[in-house]
Order: sequence, then structure tokens, then C-alpha cells
Amino acid sequence: MIRTVVTAAEETVNPLLSAPYDIIWSAVVFVVALLLFWKFALPKMQNLLDERAAAIEGGIKKAEEAQAEAAAALEKNNAELARAREEAAEIREKARANAASLEIELKEQANEEAARIVTNAQARIESERSAAASQLRHEVGTLALDLSEKVVGESMSDERASGIVDRFLADLETQEAGR
Amino acid sequence: MRLIALLALVLIFWLGTRRLRLIPGRGQSLVEMGLGFVRTNIAVELLGEKDGKRFLPLLTTIFFVVLFSNLTGVIPGLNIAGTSVIGLPLVLAVVAYVAFMYAGIKKNPGGFFRNALLPKGVPWPLYIILTPIEFISTFILRPITLTLRLMMNMFVGHIMLVLFFSATHFFFLSAPGAMKLIGVGSLGMGFAFTLFELMVSALQAYVFAVLTAVYIQLALAEDH
Repeated sequence: MIRTVVTAAEETVNPLLSAPYDIIWSAVVFVVALLLFWKFALPKMQNLLDERAAAIEGGIKKAEEAQAEAAAALEKNNAELARAREEAAEIREKARANAASLEIELKEQANEEAARIVTNAQARIESERSAAASQLRHEVGTLALDLSEKVVGESMSDERASGIVDRFLADLETQEAGR
Repeated sequence: MRLIALLALVLIFWLGTRRLRLIPGRGQSLVEMGLGFVRTNIAVELLGEKDGKRFLPLLTTIFFVVLFSNLTGVIPGLNIAGTSVIGLPLVLAVVAYVAFMYAGIKKNPGGFFRNALLPKGVPWPLYIILTPIEFISTFILRPITLTLRLMMNMFVGHIMLVLFFSATHFFFLSAPGAMKLIGVGSLGMGFAFTLFELMVSALQAYVFAVLTAVYIQLALAEDH
């Protein structure tokens, strides 16, 4: 400590007088430092600051883009959702309409079917009835013929017999119609 | 001392800015803070964006050379500030002088000298007194005050530290009996003044750089 103090004291005997080496080495120090800052440190620093600014700007831009993209996607999704809802509503509506028309159709079909069945039945009844009637007529004719044969005791020719039967039956019918 | 300070300065700023990254680490943040302080608080604030950038290397160099040389005053083993002898302050003051003369003459030689010597808004007879005063203050006293302010601050700080520490040494080792206790007080004062010197180191570096910037600004100004 004392030694440093002493040397320091010696060095600063008269601080206002400057030795040439003092000036020269100070100038060297200054020049070296100036070159360091001027040519090296500060340009690097400037580059860094520019790069950082660019990076930040880029980052902000990217974020904005991402946000815009997200917003667009959301809008698209919403639109799709709305469309899907509309479609669903349409389908539901259509289904309801279909069901209604189907019901009407089925009813009509059923009615038709019923009508057809009724008609068929009537036709069958009619044909049965007419068949029965003609058979009856035939049997009645035969019976009457047999009976009259037995009564008359002689056989009549077929031609004549059927002519007689027919006339008889026609008479019967006219009698019935007359009653 | 100055060479050691220069070595430290070169090492710190060379290594510190050799590999700069966008996202700074701790060391880089410190270096950036130092350089950013000179850039924004001295250069850009006083000279504006464009001229600030022009004189930034000069101001940065002045600030850090002064700061590092000042700090040698409180580093054990070095113990004397590189700026407490006249050489370095004188060199830097000459540099500052040349810088503002250069700035003014390059910008507008006539305007520079008229602004400096014949300030506006003064009745002309006053120029008889005013012009010599302005001449002396601007072109002669500025470098001298720059030099002496810095050197004397550091020199006196050095003297104070020498005083307190040598007193402590004396009281602890040579003083009889209870007088040793005074050493505690002088050691405390030495401690306090060491911290004070730290502050003065930074402050004087700032003052020197700011004054240089102000001189350049005045030289560049159209009117004032």
C-alpha cells in the first residue's frame, strides 16, 4: 500500500506538467479505442439493432398473418356450420314433406286397394250368381223335361224339347216381370 | 494504468460484440446497455438521430476511455486513475475540440464563427466586450475546462483515497493505544470515498461525453 502510494505520489508531483510519453500513450489508447468502437463494436451493434428491429417487425407481421388466417378459418367454419344447419333444416323439411306425401299416397293406395277388392268381390259374386242362375236354369229345365217326359210318357226330340223348355222359361220370366 | 484500462476495454467490447445475437445473453445485455446508454442518452438525445449517428464512435470512445481510465483509480494494485494525470484528459479534450471545430466548419464556416463570436439579439456596441469573451470561452477555455475538470476530479479523488488509506495504515500499525480506533473511522471514510469514486468515475465519463456532444451540437446549430 505504502509503496503504491509513494509511486503514485511521485507520478503526480506536478499533474499539470505533462511528460511527452504521457501524451503519446494517451493518444495511442484513444486511437485504439476509437478504432475498436468505430470499426468494430458500433457497426456490429448497429447491425444487431437493425436485425432485431427486422426480427421484431417480422414477428409482428407473422403474428398478424396468423391472426388473419385464424379469423378467416373461423369465418369459414362458421359459414360451413351455417350451411350445414341450413342443409339439415332443408333435409328435415323435405323429409316432412315426403312423409306427408307418402302418407297421402299410402292412403290412396289403400283406398284403391280397398275399392279393387270390393269390385273384385262384387264381380265374383255377380259371376257366381249368374253361374248359379244358369245352372239352376239348366237343372230346372232338365227337371221339367224329365217331369214332362214322365207325364207325357214319350220322349221328345232334343230339339223340340229344348225349344219347349226355352219357351216355358221365357214365359216364366215374362210372368215374373209382369208381377 | 491506461494500457491496462485499454486492454480491459478492448477485451470487453471486442469479446462482447464479437458474437451478437438477437436474443441477448447476460453479458451481451450488459454490453448493449453500455453502448445503448451512450447512443440514446448522449448522442441521439443531444445531436438527434442523424448527427448522433455520425459522432457516435467518437462519443462512445470518449465515454468508455474516460470511464475505464477513471475506474483504475479504485482497483487495488492500480490505485490511480489513468485520468488523474494530465495526458489522457488533454488528449481527449483536444479531440473534442477538433471534433466540434470540424463539425462547425464543415457545416457552415461563416455561421459557426458568427454564432460563436457575434451572438444575435445583442446591441452592437456590446460586441466590443462580448466577442473577446465569447472567443476566449469557446475557443480557448473549453478544452482547458474539459481537461482540468476531469483531471482534477480524479486527482482529488485519488488524493482523498491516499489520505484515508495511509492514515488508516498509520493508525492501525504505528499509532499508540486508543489512537488505533481512529483508524476504523478513516478506513470507513476510505471505504465510502472508494464508492464515491466509483460514482464520480461514471459521472465524469458522462459529463465529458455530454459536454463534447453539447459543443458539437452548438457548432451544428443554425442559430442560438
